[in-house]
Amino acid sequence: MSSESGKQLPENDSAGLNFDTELTLGLPGKSRSTTSDGGAKLGTKRGFLETVDLKLGDKDCVKSDDDVQEAAKSPVSKAQVVGWPPVRAYRKNAMKSCKYVKVAVDGAPYLRKVDLEMYNSYQQLLSSLEDMFSCFTIRNYLNEKKIVDQVNGIEYVPTYEDKDGDWMLVGDVPWQMFVESCKRLRLMKSTEAIGLGEDLNL
Amino acid sequence: MESSELKGGKDSQISDELSELRMESSELKKAKDSPISDESNRRSSFPDEVLERVISLLNSHRDRSSVSLVCKDWYNMERWSRTHIFIGNCYSVSPEIVARRFPKIRSLTLKGKPRFSDFNLVPQNWGADVHAWLVVFAAKYPFLEELRLKRMTISDASLEFLALSFPNFKALSLLSCDGFSTNGLAAIATHCKNLTELDIHENDIDDKGGGWLSCFPESFTSLEVLNFANMTSDINFDALERLISRCKSVRVLKVNRSISLEQLQRLLANAPQLTELGTGSFTQELAQRQYEELESAFNNCKNIHTLSGLWEVKGLYLPALYPVSTHLTFLNLSYAVLQSDELAKLLVHCPQLRRLWVLDTVEDKGLEAVGSNCPLLEELRVFPADPFDEEIVHGVTEAGFVAVSYGCPRLHYVLYFCRQMTNAAVATVVQNCPDFTHFRLCIMTPGQPDYLTNEPMDEAFGAVVKTCTKLQRLSVSGYLTDLTFEYIGTYAKNLETLSVAFAGSSDWGMQCVLGGCPKLRKLEIRDCPFGNAALLSGLEKYESMRSLWMSACNVTMNGCRLLAREMPRLNVEVMKEEGSDDDGRADKVYVYRSIAGQRRDAPSSVLTL
Repeated sequence: MSSESGKQLPENDSAGLNFDTELTLGLPGKSRSTTSDGGAKLGTKRGFLETVDLKLGDKDCVKSDDDVQEAAKSPVSKAQVVGWPPVRAYRKNAMKSCKYVKVAVDGAPYLRKVDLEMYNSYQQLLSSLEDMFSCFTIRNYLNEKKIVDQVNGIEYVPTYEDKDGDWMLVGDVPWQMFVESCKRLRLMKSTEAIGLGEDLNL
Repeated sequence: MESSELKGGKDSQISDELSELRMESSELKKAKDSPISDESNRRSSFPDEVLERVISLLNSHRDRSSVSLVCKDWYNMERWSRTHIFIGNCYSVSPEIVARRFPKIRSLTLKGKPRFSDFNLVPQNWGADVHAWLVVFAAKYPFLEELRLKRMTISDASLEFLALSFPNFKALSLLSCDGFSTNGLAAIATHCKNLTELDIHENDIDDKGGGWLSCFPESFTSLEVLNFANMTSDINFDALERLISRCKSVRVLKVNRSISLEQLQRLLANAPQLTELGTGSFTQELAQRQYEELESAFNNCKNIHTLSGLWEVKGLYLPALYPVSTHLTFLNLSYAVLQSDELAKLLVHCPQLRRLWVLDTVEDKGLEAVGSNCPLLEELRVFPADPFDEEIVHGVTEAGFVAVSYGCPRLHYVLYFCRQMTNAAVATVVQNCPDFTHFRLCIMTPGQPDYLTNEPMDEAFGAVVKTCTKLQRLSVSGYLTDLTFEYIGTYAKNLETLSVAFAGSSDWGMQCVLGGCPKLRKLEIRDCPFGNAALLSGLEKYESMRSLWMSACNVTMNGCRLLAREMPRLNVEVMKEEGSDDDGRADKVYVYRSIAGQRRDAPSSVLTL
């Protein structure tokens, strides 16, 4: 995908009106309805806040935000110490304005960070996620945007938290809009996303 | 400068002949009132002109300090020929004393605030204002050409004064300074007709807009170095483009984020002679033709050996850099959020790299690529992308550090921010790279032990000081007992700078360092259990050092008063916390030697004892 020779223009399939890569949610085999304008869903959110339960009963799941904070607090919470770690104020401020977001994967103990400005499309983003969590592959670019862990066969669904704090499915909105509103990403086990409902029209 | 005025001047790299002469002449000096004796005439039997010429070739300020100690003749010859002066602590001497001793200064480097001011530990208005220096120098050195400031305060009025007072002014470099705005830069651009260098780097500048750059007159063509990379406002690109194309000698150009890739390409087309480039934002929707033009522009810049900037870098565009990558010796990616494979792909094309700065987003895998591709690497700095985050964001670990050490045996400078480390890993690293001169390891959670064995990190730093005999600078971190400091005092015989935080068990630790490190110049300590006994064990030591900083330790006001009383040539300054009592803890102490006496510009929050 990326140009090795340098002579080809890097792929640019963004702008969000590319039906081929638009993500939809649904069980395999179910027909999906598409609208005439992929970007028409601007006003309607398909959040699944009701079904997202961060405190999952499964022991292997990723810790909830609270647990993560607890772990980070011992032995000393670094956010409470003035001037530590010794990173210059200038550097602190310079990094703040980057558009990069955390990526959490259910079951992985660490978060990663990606700079959304680096990508032009969902495809590029997911491909990069694949590289990052190298046990995954992306299955079937064109229709199903699911990520599958090769080792244990668990399917993951990419979700994100938007500016309003709602958890959304990645791919709903045009790419640029997604970049602007995405605060963090979470690859959620699709078994947990099951309760979302099958019909996507709101 | 400093050592020649005070006793106990430090050694430097001087030739054996010089040391011999020095030993002999120190015997001469004992006869205080005697005129130049026959013996000294014999010693300097070759003509003065030759000696002057030889001395004038010395550049190192330490060598010059040593030369000036030999005898009065040499002292005088040296002072008349010195053109550049380096002052590591602006309060150690006054501008009047400098001007009296050195009549021919053309270049000045001044450092001000203690280094911990970078991390907000020093109160605002602490001092280090350069204006008094400028006033004296305007009278005594009207031919001044260069001014380099670090951690100083400089106002717009001072910048304008500078621009108007020194007609031959050529080079201004401001690093980590504050107190000025872009208006001051406008004054420099407007009035300094002979300017060759304007280097504005990581300052706390009040950025009121980019108009300053348009102030360079159309007749101005002497610019060689321009760095405004860390300024935020948009500048007038046309003005910049015209400036660069008419200044044929520009060799260093570091632009800010507001410059797009397309604009960068136009600048490069006008300046193929560049040796150092700081790009702007490296992300933009580029058409095929534009991308090719960019790549072609890089291809024409055969001399670029230093590359930085690359904000918001689009990994996909990195291949445009490949034409210059092969010649790169210094690559600064510390503002580029790259993942491991993106870095790996780029490094394949950078076999000549000597210095590399990256963010920890590249992770251990990225560092493995460093080890595999950069065998000539001498310096590595890994900065944390998100140091203040509560959540566990993966960065680099001991594995990455070890991987680099296997691939880069010439590594001698490291700055490494990580969240976990082991004693064994550090031991392996220094075994692979015994030539460390600068070893700065920051385990970001304070007081964290070896995460595998749960032991203190004492053995890690013990291995560093035992193995790396050339070590000049050390920053320690993690859970450390006094044993670390015993090791440092015993083995670190070339250590000049030591930074300590959240470490040690008792006064003994600090005492070991003060008693054991003969070349120690700068000691900065925070949040350690060192008290008055430790502070006072270094009474005489501090006169051979530039400075001591202690904050959030167990030192009291009485201890500081005692120090001040015993050592009149030291300035002992205590920064008071609001509402603290006078007899209790001295929360922040800054001690430094000075021949200028107590400073008169201390704010009310700073108490000089």
